[in-house]
Formats: sequence, C-alpha cells, structure tokens
Amino acid sequence: MMDYETLGERLAQQGVSRRAFLKFCTAMASLMALPPGTATAIAEALIKARRPSVIWLSFQECTGCTESLTRSYSPTLESLIFDMISLDYHHTLQAASGTAAEAARETAMKENYGKYLVVVDGSIPIGNPGYGAHGGVSFVDHLQQTVKGAAAIIAVGTCAAFGGIPNAKPNPTGAVSVSDLIKDKPIINISGCPPIPAVITGVLAHYLTFGELPELDELGRPKSFYGQTIHDRCYRRPFYDQGKFAKSFDDEGARNGWCLFELGCKGPTTHNACATTKWNGGTSFPIESGHGCLGCSEPHFWDAGSFYTPLSAPTENIATVAAGAAVVGAGVAVALSAADRAKKRRAQQAHEKMTVKDL
Amino acid sequence: MSPPSNNLKDIPIYTQAEEAYSVGNIRALLAEIAARLEKLDENGETGMIDLNSLPFSPGEYEQLRQILGQGEVSARIEAIGPSEIIETHYPGVWWVTHYNVEGDIVADMIEIARLPEIIKSQPEDVHAGLERLKAQLN
Repeated sequence: MMDYETLGERLAQQGVSRRAFLKFCTAMASLMALPPGTATAIAEALIKARRPSVIWLSFQECTGCTESLTRSYSPTLESLIFDMISLDYHHTLQAASGTAAEAARETAMKENYGKYLVVVDGSIPIGNPGYGAHGGVSFVDHLQQTVKGAAAIIAVGTCAAFGGIPNAKPNPTGAVSVSDLIKDKPIINISGCPPIPAVITGVLAHYLTFGELPELDELGRPKSFYGQTIHDRCYRRPFYDQGKFAKSFDDEGARNGWCLFELGCKGPTTHNACATTKWNGGTSFPIESGHGCLGCSEPHFWDAGSFYTPLSAPTENIATVAAGAAVVGAGVAVALSAADRAKKRRAQQAHEKMTVKDL
Repeated sequence: MSPPSNNLKDIPIYTQAEEAYSVGNIRALLAEIAARLEKLDENGETGMIDLNSLPFSPGEYEQLRQILGQGEVSARIEAIGPSEIIETHYPGVWWVTHYNVEGDIVADMIEIARLPEIIKSQPEDVHAGLERLKAQLN
C-alpha cells in the first residue's frame, strides 16, 4: 500500500530528531545557494510537505546517474532524499520486477494523477522502437504514457537532458532528449555526465519546499547550480588571468597547479557547480586533480572537438590569428569560443539521425 | 622477498603537503566576519556565512582555520553523522561543520551568535522527549 504521509510524520516514525532534520536543511540550503539562515524556514516547509510520488524511468543510460545519487548504503543526509519522496518505480532500486513493478507504477500514476513527478535518465531512441523497450512497450511509448499525469519531469543527466553519448555522432539509434519529445509538461534538465548528486537532491528539496521548480536557464537547467561557468568559480582563475598555463600534463606549470586552458579545459564554456560543490563529498573536481573540464553538462559535448584542444585553437580560417599563437587574454579566448560554438551548432545539424525509413 | 600484496590496505599512501598560496580570499572574508560581529556586539543580531560556496585556493582554508583559531568551547553533535562546532579565538564567532555518516562535509559555516542554532534543543524534540519521560514515569 502506498503511503504518502507528511515528511514530519515519517521522520518521527524513524526516530530522526528535529535537530538532525535541521542539519539536513542546513545542508540543503547550502546546496541550493540560499542564505544559510533560511534552513529553519526550509525545515518548517518540508516538515509539512506531503511526500510526492516519484516515478523514475530509465532509458538508454549507463546507470551512472542512479549511481551518482545512491553512493552509499548507510543512512546519510543524502539518503534522506528518499524519505522526502515516495520512490514508487525505479528499475535498479525497486524490489519488484516484471508485471508487479509495472502494476506499482500504474497504481502510483492513478492515485496521484496530476501530482506525481517523473524522473528520467537516459536518452530515448526514436530510430526504431526495437532499440529500447520494457516488456514489449517501446521507450518512446513508455515515456509518453507515463508523463500524462505528471506535475513535472526531471531529466537527470546529459543523456536525458540533451541526448548525451547515444546521441553523439553518428547517433545510430536516433537518440533524443526528453524535451525533444515532451512539449506540454514542465521539464527541468539536470545535466552532467553524471550530474553532481547534490544537485539532484537540491532540486527535489526546492520543489518540496517551494512547491514549484526553481528558476531555469535557457537550456532548462536550474540557475542556482548552472548559472555560472566552471571558469567563473575556478580556484585556478588567478593563473589564467596572469597568463600562467600548463603546456603539457607533467611539466613545471602542471605541477605548480597552473591553469589548464591550453590542455583543453572547457571550463569557460561549461555551466555546472563542480568548482564549488566538487565531487565525492567535496574532495576534488577534475581541474583540481590536474585534468581539464570535459564540458559534460553542455549539449553535444562529445562532438565538440577534442578534450585536449584548447577552446582558443583556431577552428575557422581566422586569418588574423596565427595558428599556435599564445593565448593573449580573455577577450580573444571568448571570441574564439563563440566561433567554436558556431562550429558545434553546424556539427549538430549535420548529425545523421536514423529514421525508420533508413532501416 | 614476499610477493606484493593485493590487499588495498597494504598499499602505502604517500601524501605531499600542498604548497599554500593565497589569492586574497581570506582578507575579504575576515572583513565580513568583523562586520557581522559588530552587529552582534551592537544589538545582538546574528549572522551566518556559508563557506561551501566561497572559492578557496589550497592552503587558504587552513589559513582561515589558523587565523580564527580555537577558543574555549568545542561541541560535537551526533545526528545522522557528526557535526563539529567550535568557538574560535573570537567569542561569538563559531565554526560549524556538518558531516554525513561517511565523513564528507555537507555544510560548513561561520556562525556569528552567542550560541549556534544547531546546539539549542529544538522545541519539537523537547515536546517529544517530554512525552517519553511522562510515559516512563507512569
């Protein structure tokens, strides 16, 4: 039997003190970049919130996004997110399987029509329904059926948000993102390959606290996590500003922790929270570990040129910029990044998506 | 010579101390702490600064620890993972760090107050505890 009591009731049942919950809300406020003093207000709102039903649909994915969210087996603050919601359907985490699992999903949809949340990870193949199906129902149909009564859709990971790796050239399965298929429901894109787990938790907490999705950027990503680029918050920024770059992976500059721009870092054109929230509980993030950003939270990052070619490398016939010229400043880099973005757009349009006709 | 061990725990770990360099983030932060401490001094107004979102270069975070130091009070909370609270050398300036069960930092802040909120007993917990105690007495 599904049980949608309030979060306060559930926590009391589990013996979680209000102080412990206040600690959780402090962590959430920090995540959502809200003033720390708002933790108390968040706690009060969440305590009264009725746990929403969440149906998690997994399509062409590697399960990395689920792995990112569930990185522990012991009770943790992050696992409180699973107390905040009623996860009624999830291939990896649910106990049921087969027809029992599908029945659980349908019951959740019926009982919470108009109010349940749908979380999607993985891209959807439209080239041929045979490329992905659950129990004979294609992924496309599964998605369209399930979102009918959803209050909102959360597309977790770059695959669900933008197509991701299945969508990369030559896109053999005709993989598309959730927003390519669903046009009549609010969709929030939590991109990243995988996304930072705290971001997933933060979005759910925001939805529960305020009853609505957070403010989104033009790609549907929450501004509080994706509003700035890695470059904007990178601790190595002073080296970029001073023109101190590592030229190869083990040179003097690299060992001194200098900027990795010339080793292909995509930080300047990548929006994500890695530079502040970091990974593995705040341990580090790619640049801090000595490798440039791959740009994994941006659309089509797999096809945006080599991970090791600097953003400023001439990709057009720009006669005024000699190949191999040293990076001279932010202005040049930004102008050339814009040229790179134009190239990315043309590369996208040239993607050959498989259609049923091709088969 | 014995064969190399396959046990992860047997592989020695060698850590290199980070060379500290400052990019000036500390000075600004200390100025903000001073401003908020002034408010606490004048009219009891409390404040919090979230350290999570501030960029620190390696070494600057430790520098801040050294500058603020440790005063007379330290407290530890066990609530879904530990939390460590200390009063710094500057009374009214507290450093509150929340960890999850695995020891990852989930929130890290400087709280300017006579006592951090998280240490105080929460009214709902007081009420629940009272019910338990009454049941115990009957």
